[in-house]
Formats: sequence, structure tokens, C-alpha cells
Amino acid sequence: MSTANDIRQTFFQECDELLEALDDGLSEIDDGIADATFSIDTVNAVFRAVHSIKGGAAAFGLDALVHFAHQFETVLDAMRSGQLQATEEGMKICHRAADHLNDLVAAGRENRELDAGSGPDIAARLAGLVAMPESAPAPTPPVSGEGGFGFAPLSLDLGAITQDSGQTTFVIAFRPHRALYASGNDTALILRELDEMGVLTVEVATEGLPDFDAIEAGEAYLSWTLRLVTEESEGAVRDVFEFVEGMCDLQIEAVADAPAGAEIPLPAAPETPVAAPVGAPPAPPPAPAQSRDKPAEAEGPKATVRVNLDLVDRLINMVGELVINQAVLTQCVKDAGLLDRGDLSTSLAEFRNLARDIQESVMAIRAQSVKPLFQRMARIVREAAELSGKETEFVTEGEATEVDKTIIERLVDPLTHMIRNAVDHGLESPQDRLAAGKPATGRVTLSAAHRSGRVLIEVSDDGAGINRPKVFQIAVEKGLIPPESQLKDAEIDNLLFMPGFSTASQVSNLSGRGVGMDVVRSAIQKLGGRVSIQSQRGKGTTMSISLPLTLAVLDGMVVDVAGQTMVVPITAIVETLRPKPEDIHALGADNLVVSVRNKLVPVIDLGVVFGHRGAPASISDMVVLLVESDSHTSWALAVDQIFDQRQVVIKGLESNYGHVPGVAAATILGDGNIALIIDPEETAHRSGAAIDPGELALLDEV
Amino acid sequence: MTTATHVQPGVRELVTFRVGDQDFCIDIMMVREIRGWSPATILPHAPKYVLGVINLRGSVVPIVDLSARLGLGPSVPDDRHVIVIAVIGTQATGFLVSAVADIIAVDASEVQPTPDVTSEATRNFIEGVIVTRERMLRVLDIQTVLPKVAETAEAS
Repeated sequence: MSTANDIRQTFFQECDELLEALDDGLSEIDDGIADATFSIDTVNAVFRAVHSIKGGAAAFGLDALVHFAHQFETVLDAMRSGQLQATEEGMKICHRAADHLNDLVAAGRENRELDAGSGPDIAARLAGLVAMPESAPAPTPPVSGEGGFGFAPLSLDLGAITQDSGQTTFVIAFRPHRALYASGNDTALILRELDEMGVLTVEVATEGLPDFDAIEAGEAYLSWTLRLVTEESEGAVRDVFEFVEGMCDLQIEAVADAPAGAEIPLPAAPETPVAAPVGAPPAPPPAPAQSRDKPAEAEGPKATVRVNLDLVDRLINMVGELVINQAVLTQCVKDAGLLDRGDLSTSLAEFRNLARDIQESVMAIRAQSVKPLFQRMARIVREAAELSGKETEFVTEGEATEVDKTIIERLVDPLTHMIRNAVDHGLESPQDRLAAGKPATGRVTLSAAHRSGRVLIEVSDDGAGINRPKVFQIAVEKGLIPPESQLKDAEIDNLLFMPGFSTASQVSNLSGRGVGMDVVRSAIQKLGGRVSIQSQRGKGTTMSISLPLTLAVLDGMVVDVAGQTMVVPITAIVETLRPKPEDIHALGADNLVVSVRNKLVPVIDLGVVFGHRGAPASISDMVVLLVESDSHTSWALAVDQIFDQRQVVIKGLESNYGHVPGVAAATILGDGNIALIIDPEETAHRSGAAIDPGELALLDEV
Repeated sequence: MTTATHVQPGVRELVTFRVGDQDFCIDIMMVREIRGWSPATILPHAPKYVLGVINLRGSVVPIVDLSARLGLGPSVPDDRHVIVIAVIGTQATGFLVSAVADIIAVDASEVQPTPDVTSEATRNFIEGVIVTRERMLRVLDIQTVLPKVAETAEAS
């Protein structure tokens, strides 16, 4: 897969977003047009969207697209600068232009030329808006002769017709469905409206009418063939049918001027659901004879549906409920002593498997490959390399790895920063590289892989590695650590993640503002991930991010904390142990430490921290979960016992209540009760402050 | 939401319930459902009047002991207690009450302003009172009895 192709794909993905923004913006202007309440920002946003598409299209040599976007942009620019007032008529043209832009993008995506369709017409009308010298017939994008007729509803002659006589003849095949009448629309009104637009000839097909006795009042039996000679555009004609869209078979076709009253040609054969006998079931959906619908059909292998993310999330929630409900049901059956019945237990097992399958499939909907993310990073590398003057080769691995969409979105910023750092700080200058016996071109590798239920993303460079003495010195200078500190290599590396640390002696354009790595780390932590760093002097640096696959479920250890069931995320737990009494030492008045392989780790009794019991229980009767933060600080969380280890569905507390200190979220257990999911690091930090539960309550009095 | 019901002329429908030995009521539009008491999962570091959270068909809903919240002393929840699930905006909260009485329709004009009692807490919590033949109903300003944690969490 060539890189150019990947970038091209990214461009079209961006186009989709831009086109969406364009549509949104135009609609916003529409809404505010009557009382001029739309903001200039909206116009600016619309302008930017078109401009970005134009810019990208130029890079890929999509001349037709560039040309059209330019014309569109001119109009928007005039609107932006106030030379052109937004009118309803103008906005209609803008919408049509946006649609056409969409077509051009779709055509560009498939490497084909779009036949002119209504393009020249729209271009001319756009030009008409600003009365530019360009209003001469717009240069038609090159059109292959045979491509035209059967494909787009508008013949190529249209431009000529519109410009020459100003009159177009449309043949409209119109067959209402039952729903059209049911929704209170009236064909007579539609016909009347068309009549006002020009010369209308109406022919009704009554052959579908059954005998009078058999007529059902609500059914639609009639169809019409209309012939309209008008100065209006196809869009205007189509607009007449706007409100009945989807409730009728409709085909609008512009034809070369034929003598009026001549045999009315039926629309071309391949697209004639209309011609079907009226009695037949209205099988094919109304053919929206717009050229832009065609590319979508043409796309075979990569058929996708755009779905509102909220819908997916709701589905995920409901599936979570289903899984919980299944657990509850199993428990009930068990309690009722019915589990011995073979058929019942078989059905239950099937139900469980189905529920799991559904859950996995639904989760997969949210999963996306990291490829687009990596493609964006390629651009970051290029920019960073250019700015820093370092020759850089960018290598990606494991692009097909799939991760939850939300995680991918939230990875953009931290990853951008890490990549910039790798180029700016990680790689040496070409001269230094040559001096060190390395090729002048540096290499930055971005890789993704699934590892034991998590995703591992690594950014590595083959640069000089971390200059540890320098890092140490800077940390001392900035007062981050006392000068006499004795730090191991890994600890020095981790200084990079401290707030306010920056090694670049000069602040560069790229990075080195000192807000770097600690922000990266906190962003990753918010996603339930960890960042670590490995570096070898002269060989390079590797930063690893380990992330959960999804934010909807997590693997947790279900524990008993003074009678309350709580969940500790497995990812935080390094090991679990039952300490011997001689390993536990008191430190100070009420602090305990436990010795784990000669390392002393502070003990935190979760029951006390969460106020579930007043006085600390005897640690030697308890189980200790050894947890480690990303800064390699360890704590021992003491719990009464471990029940289970399982995947739990994450439920937020924030929406109905608020943040609870030391608690990350909640989940629902098999018995339908709620268990709180502990945030180990926050819990540990708070335990030092010795929070009195009553204290908060006092502050809270009204 | 509460203010919207103020200005609306005409009839208000109110759900009345008992807390301790006092009668209260809230607008029926805020009540999503009424359910029996079931033990709640304790929320650490929560104010004392927050009894914990329960599972309401997949949503985690906090339960407020209305008696404790209104300064009438903490309740000891048992099977006879009832939880009124109210939705304020998008936020669902359960209120533990002694019993739900009935649903009444009153004309907005029948709601009298709260008498100028000394307790500021009472004045804050009570939006107005309705006097019927045999009893006095306190119209609860549900917004103010919500646990304050949620608001501070939103603000920060």
C-alpha cells in the first residue's frame, strides 16, 4: 500500500467531515436568514470547509473539483466580506453547489470523471451570484462521451439548453404511494405548483384503477406522466416534490426539446420503476435520480453505514444490561434449584453465549483500525521533520489493529506530541548522526499491537536516547528533585513525565514548551492506560502506551471491603498476596507498611479510606493487592477477601451524582446490585489526607 | 423546571408524600417512578443524607434521605419506605420518603408563599404551601434538596 494512496484516503475522509460541516453551516445560515441571526463565524466556517477541500484537491490533481470549489469559494468569500447578501435564492444555489461538490469528491475518490450533470448550470448560477467575469459558460470538466446519458438524470445538453433558450423540458414520471395521501399531501397541489412554473402537460394513467366496488379509499391507484417546459432548473422542479420524497416513485428527466404534444418518451429503460404496472408491489425504492447516489451504489466491498454514535452507545448500554440481566436470571434459576433440569440449563447456557456474542459484536462496531490515526501522524512527522531540518523516515506497523473509536479520538493529541518529541528531541541532526556512524536519515516507528487484551502503541526513534545526566541536571535546576537524589536510570527517564519539565535548551517551534509529557501521561491515564519509556544511549528511545480495548468494560477484581463489594481494575494490580504477620510493620502512629521482597510498601486499608469501617482491621487477616502507579510508586491495598475476577460494564456516576473521590465509576453485579470501581491511584493519594467522611457533609450544609 | 411551573397558569398536578410526620408534594412531571426501598450501595465521602446508589434498570441513581436532608432526622429505611425517583433536567435522583399519599390537582393560585419562618433551610427547601381542609402540604423545591456534590462536580 503506497503512502500516497493512504494520504489520499485521509484526504477523502477529511472531505467527508468538511462536507458535513459545510452542510451544517449552510443549514445554519438558512435558519437564520430571515432575521439575519446567523453569525459571520458560520459563513467563515463554510468558507474554510470549501477552501480546505480545494486545497487538498489541488494536491491530488483533481482539477474539476478544484475548479468548482474555487467558484464556490468565490461566492462564499463575497458573502463573508459582506459584498453579497445571503438570500434564500442564493442559499439554494449554495446547497446545490454543496451537493455538486459532494459528487465531485465522490467521483474523485473513485478516480473517475464526473459527467457534467448539473455542474455547469450550478457553476453558472454561482457565478451569477457574484456577477464575476467568469459567468461565461463555465469550463465543463472533461467528459467522456458515452459516460453521460444513462448515468445522470441530466443530459449534457442541459447546459446548452439553459443557456440558449432558457427553457428546459422535463419529463416527470410521478407515481404516489399510499403513504403520500396518508400524510395529507395532495397531488393536485403539486401539479398546480408545477403548472405555475411553465407549460405543463399532464397525462394520467388510470389502468391501475380497479372496479369501483373494489376500490379501497386509502389506496393510491393513479400515476402521472408530466411534461413541463420551464425556465426553472431541475432543482427547482425537484423542490416541488420535496415534501413527498420517499412517498412516491419519482423520476425527473430533462429531455432535448421535442415538439410539444409529441409522443411522450418514457424515461430510459434501466431506471423505470415507474413503468411497472401499478398493481405490482412498489418494490424498488423511489429512484432518487441524483448522480451522487450512484457512487454509493458502485462501492461494493467497502459498504458502510454512518450511524450516530449515540445510537451505538445506547446499544452498547442495552447489551450491557442484557449481560447483567442474564447473570441475574442464572442466579435466580440457581436459587430456585432448577439448574438440574437439563433443558433449562442448556437454554441458559445458550442465552449466555448469545449475550456474549452480541456484546462482542456491538463492541466491534465501535472498534476502528488505528490506520487513519497513523496516517495523520505521518503528516505530523513530515511537518516536524521540515521544521527541524531533520531527514526523517516514518515507519508504521500494525495499522490494522482495532481500538475503540473514543480511544482513537483521544489518542490524537498525546500521540501528536510524542511523535513531535521523537523527531524534535529524539533524533539527532543529520551531521551528528553521520558523526555517530548512523545514516543521516532518522527513523521514527509507530506501531500498534494487541497484547493480552490491551492495545500496545509504541513510538520509537533511533536517535541519541535520553541524555540522563542532562535530564537529572535540569530536574535539579527546576527544583523538581533535590540535588543529592540518587536515581536509577528508569527513575530519571520518568522525570520527563513530571509537570514543567523540558529538556530542549531552546524552546523550538515544535515542542519544548514544558507542557509536554506530563500532559501526555495524564491524557493516557484518563483513558485507563499507562505510558512507559525505555531508552538506550546512542540507540534511541521507545515510548510505550498500553491501553484498554474499550472504555465500556474493564477487567476487574471483585473484592470485599468491610462488607461492601467493590471492584479494583486488574490493570492496576501487580500482584496479590496474603502477608505474613512478620512482614507487616507499623510506621508512625497509624501507618503500616508491608515488606514485599525487601521493598517496603505503604498499606492502605480500603475499608477505612472509604469509611466502611472506623478502625483498621488486622492486616494479617486480609488480602493485599499490590498496585503500582505509572510513576512506579507502589501501594498495598488491603481488602477483606477476593470474590472473583471478571469483566464488568462501566457505568458513570457523574451523570446522576458527581465525582466520588477514589472512585472511578460504578458497575452492576450479577445480583443487580451496584459495586463501585476503585481508582487506585486517587485512593492512595487521598488516603494520605485522612479524609473524615463527616467533614464533607459539614461543608455541604445549606 | 420549577420556575416554568410557577408561571404556568391553571392547574398543577402534584404527588404528595409523607416525610416523618409532615406532608410534602412535588410536581408530577418530575416524578419518573415510585418504587419500594431496596438496600443501596454506600457511596464513600458522601454527605450523610445520601444513602447510596441503586441500580435503576441500568442507571446508577443516588438516593437521598429526604428526612435527613430536610433536617427532620435520619430515617431508618425499611420495607415500608418508598423511593420517589425524580428527574431534574437529565439528572435522576431517588428520594426516600415514608409513604406516598396521592396525586392532587390544585390551581396554581392555591399555592401560598412560604410563611416567613426563621429557619433559612426551611425557607430554601419549601417553595410554597397549600392548605387544604385537613392538612398543610409543603411544595418542595426539588432543585435545592439535590445533593450538593453533583453541582460542585459540574462546576469544576
